[in-house]
Amino acid sequence: MAADGWSLGKHAFTSRLLVGTGKYKDFPTMKAALAASGAEVVTVAVRRLDLSKQGDESLLSWIPQGMKLLPNTAACFTADEAIRTARLGRELDMGDLVKLEVIGDKRTLFPDVEELVKAAAVLVKEGFTVLPYTNDDPVTARKLEDAGCAAVMPLGAPIGSGLGLRNPYNLRIIMETVKVPVLVDAGVGTASDAALAMELGAVAVLMNTAIAEAKDPVMMAEAMRDGVAAGRKSFLAGRIPMKLHASASSPMTGLIGT
Amino acid sequence: MQVKLNGEIRELPDGLTVTGLLAHLGIKAPRVAIEVNEAVVTKDRYESHKLSTGDSVEIVAFVGGG
Repeated sequence: MAADGWSLGKHAFTSRLLVGTGKYKDFPTMKAALAASGAEVVTVAVRRLDLSKQGDESLLSWIPQGMKLLPNTAACFTADEAIRTARLGRELDMGDLVKLEVIGDKRTLFPDVEELVKAAAVLVKEGFTVLPYTNDDPVTARKLEDAGCAAVMPLGAPIGSGLGLRNPYNLRIIMETVKVPVLVDAGVGTASDAALAMELGAVAVLMNTAIAEAKDPVMMAEAMRDGVAAGRKSFLAGRIPMKLHASASSPMTGLIGT
Repeated sequence: MQVKLNGEIRELPDGLTVTGLLAHLGIKAPRVAIEVNEAVVTKDRYESHKLSTGDSVEIVAFVGGG
């Protein structure tokens, strides 16, 4: 198959799996899983430095060389908080990518789309490559595209839930609604969920918990890598239409005894 | 002078710059970012940016997240 690259703004990639760095039991496991995933982009969170602890092992020293950092604005509940966090993330990484999260509800962690669109517009003006985590709502996706976001990242299911794609039809509509890349972010539980997202036409899939909290995170990272690749190939190859009744694979002519 | 540092009130020497603050706290990690009164202080301004009493300072770093 010819090179099947994709891009976020000015950044070009080949891997279609983006992975997080949260919830791992230890850094060596995380490092091995990140490497096994084949991902080129890895998400990180921005938090206050613990001033009581010095000389802690830095997360960054455990991220394989060459992976691009994607700072997120996780746990921000207003546009202003998210904008401040994004600016700090850019200062830390000196890059322009930001995974924009503005959460509206603590229990579901569903986005506050009003604040999200507001924050996106400000950050785009400031030169960020904005990747908004959003609901599976085509109207919001269009507003985010109109605000200048480099992609939209609708959820498959709530963050960390592992429920899989609860609304594949909305995801498909979003893919038909916007011209920017659509990445499915959150809700993936297992490799078939990732494959399904890619079969629907997602440009890539972003996940954290499904790998980090698997019994064997390194093997699951490989499974996700393969699932994303298989789903992408299925999408490109073009699936057959679903039919209610059978359609024989073997010829119905030349049967013996007729 | 009194400065609010990562949410806690701290007593610090008067006229400390951001460079001085990092040295005072023993922070060597190059991968921190600083915000003073909700505005980022870029690394090229660490030497020149003097803190004042009542400032609110945030020192942040990357942690694991998704």
